Amino acid sequence: MEMGEGPVRTGKPRGNLPPLELYVPEPRYRPGDTVDYSHLDIPEAGRQPRPDEACEARETWPLTTDLIRVLDDEGSAVGPWNPNLDPETLRRMLRTMALTRAFDDRMYRGQRQGKTSFYMKSTGEEAISVACAHALADDDMVFPSYRQQGILIARGYPLVDMINQIYSNRADRLKGRQLPIMYSARDYGFFTISGNLATQFPQAVGWSMASAIKGDTRIATSFIGEGSSAEGDFHAAMTFAAVYNAPVVLNIVNNQWAISSFSGFAGGERTTFAARAVGYGIAGLRVDGNDTLAVYAAMEWAANRARANLGPTLIEHFTYRAEGHSTSDDPAAYRSAQEREEWPLGDPISRLKAHLIALGEWSDDRHAEMDRELAEEVRAATKEAEKNGILGHGFHHPFHTMFEDVFEELPWHLQEQAEQAIRERQTKWPEWKE
Amino acid sequence: MLEEEPVSLHDAPTRSINMIEAINEALDTMMARDPDVVILGEDVGYFGGVFRATAGLQDKYGKNRVFDSPINECGIVGAAVGMAAYGLRPVPEIQFADYIYPGLDQLISEAARLRYRSAGEFTAPITLRSPFGGGIFGGQTHSQSPEALFTHVAGLKTVIPSTPHDAKGLLIAAIEDNDPVIFFEPKRIYNGPFDGYYDNPSKTWKNHPGGKVPEGYYSIPLGKARIVREGSAMTVLAYGTMIHVVEAVLEQKGIDAEIIDLRTLVPLDIEAVEKSVEKTGKCLIVHEATRTSGFGAELSALVQEHCFYHLEAPIERVTGFDTPYPHSLEWAYFPGPVRIGEAVDRLMKGY
Repeated sequence: MEMGEGPVRTGKPRGNLPPLELYVPEPRYRPGDTVDYSHLDIPEAGRQPRPDEACEARETWPLTTDLIRVLDDEGSAVGPWNPNLDPETLRRMLRTMALTRAFDDRMYRGQRQGKTSFYMKSTGEEAISVACAHALADDDMVFPSYRQQGILIARGYPLVDMINQIYSNRADRLKGRQLPIMYSARDYGFFTISGNLATQFPQAVGWSMASAIKGDTRIATSFIGEGSSAEGDFHAAMTFAAVYNAPVVLNIVNNQWAISSFSGFAGGERTTFAARAVGYGIAGLRVDGNDTLAVYAAMEWAANRARANLGPTLIEHFTYRAEGHSTSDDPAAYRSAQEREEWPLGDPISRLKAHLIALGEWSDDRHAEMDRELAEEVRAATKEAEKNGILGHGFHHPFHTMFEDVFEELPWHLQEQAEQAIRERQTKWPEWKE
Repeated sequence: MLEEEPVSLHDAPTRSINMIEAINEALDTMMARDPDVVILGEDVGYFGGVFRATAGLQDKYGKNRVFDSPINECGIVGAAVGMAAYGLRPVPEIQFADYIYPGLDQLISEAARLRYRSAGEFTAPITLRSPFGGGIFGGQTHSQSPEALFTHVAGLKTVIPSTPHDAKGLLIAAIEDNDPVIFFEPKRIYNGPFDGYYDNPSKTWKNHPGGKVPEGYYSIPLGKARIVREGSAMTVLAYGTMIHVVEAVLEQKGIDAEIIDLRTLVPLDIEAVEKSVEKTGKCLIVHEATRTSGFGAELSALVQEHCFYHLEAPIERVTGFDTPYPHSLEWAYFPGPVRIGEAVDRLMKGY
């Protein structure tokens, strides 16, 4: 076709344009860099308004770009979000957070000593798990990610059972089938953890819909990292939660890092994660995740809202992943070590401790004594669990259990494969018996 | 589960109904028997589904138990997993099997694995219904047969009926099953059996024995094949729409073949397969899905492993081609009478 003879198009000229450029996010600091957090807007504690739990979702908009804070730099609890907890509850939360940290430290060492294959610490994020657990009822259903061990500990799940799972030993309630820390504890309202991230988000919404279908009073909550909030499951969960006004509290733990990818790869440079809520018609709160009281207050607000059939809430917990992603990760390879030291929101345990001391309800000596007790408690639980074996030393569940629970009943093809596996075993170890 | 004596298959009055009606009856029956059964999916509520499989159910059981969902298969399956974890027995509908892929992670990594990874603490008694297969000018996004993907997943059962009678009994069994079941409905035969001669007038289920469906409750156990017709010349393994095409071809050729409707792909009724192939010595496998790594490959391997010394000819496999399902040329894609007939001839010649 000759020029000008073609069909009529829009005729819109392209003009003289610069070449398009692809923007690839880059974190501010890499290994060795000096860290300066002055760009972070950290508002004063106590200045954030607390809307009524029955407010319209859009009224929470200012709170999605603000940061709800209760504990100030002097260790006082201030402002409308102060949950006014009694000292006994505060000490219980402090103790659970410290126990979680002691447990993490010991399990991390255990992995380094070859007792298991893998571990993930929650250092610096203990307030989120522990305060949320305390703000919920014990039978509210939790759909966790892999860094909410604090919830299990807060709900009194036995440390020995956690360690048995981490060691995949013969007492592991999950029969040695799951990667360490991928707990499941139905009796403690704790859903089986998946290694495929974000799948738990729409599941929590579904669970809460079922609770509403049945006229139950229990609500559901779920946790994901800011990194996996990029998954389609996040959108599915938010859409379903909004459409069915589901009694669910959805939490994004924004700890700044997803393995080596900073929050910019999940959209964190453009807006806050909490800001997404209002676009779905869901209430949103952005909270200082290292402030135990602020986390408690935000979860309590959202839980009350859900229980009153007022709908779901998305909470962004702004925090910092103080350690590596897991024992398989070395953060020194991609981020500045100064980040942790300079983190402007401090450490959640130190802050709650300072608050209790300021109240005259705690002391450095009592804290040191508590830490000694907790270390001993974890040590004793570890010794107890080690009686059931550590990973790779033959103290696993009976061999045939590998083929069980694929289906409720064993079909013929798995029966055949089980026989094959046992033959292989007998060939390798003729003396083997089970 | 409500107390109710199952109606014996032999005593229950039967009527001729189509497969949609049979599926609707199965859903109705199970919703009445078990208050934990809930239905969700795109357009399944007020409208009753694009194929009408859930018609009338929202009226009867209320919006709390039969409701429309957002167009989000990940969310449909993910929410169903959460509902199952709560203790419900969800029956999600995926409007076309071609749309199932956004829900695969929730099916493969979640629904199929819950029982195993939680050592039985959490299970997913979900029956996922979805119309599948071509022959309705649906183009490449309304015609696929993705069953092999699901048979490859540890922890999923895959069920495919070929008649209204089986559709009702198998769907009831699937809903009662405590494992996740993928229930694919061959939509080409929703309204009548299809013999593969697409230029002939279409038939209804009225005069087909498989269209006679008992009223009330009955179930057909998963994992049991059906002998469609006994014979000695060869064994034909098929399911869904292809049962009817195979029947017509063999009838026309006057071959005394044994046709086995597998009904459940996983768990497979290997005994029925073995028994038949050992008797006939020849095996033809037919499915509409694409060829490479299709379920026919698994069947072929199993027949070879279990029946090699009884085989008198190489196993024949007739399938769709390894292309997307083309719109204008769908009958060129479809494994129709000519393709099946050639394979039958080769088998009868014994090479």
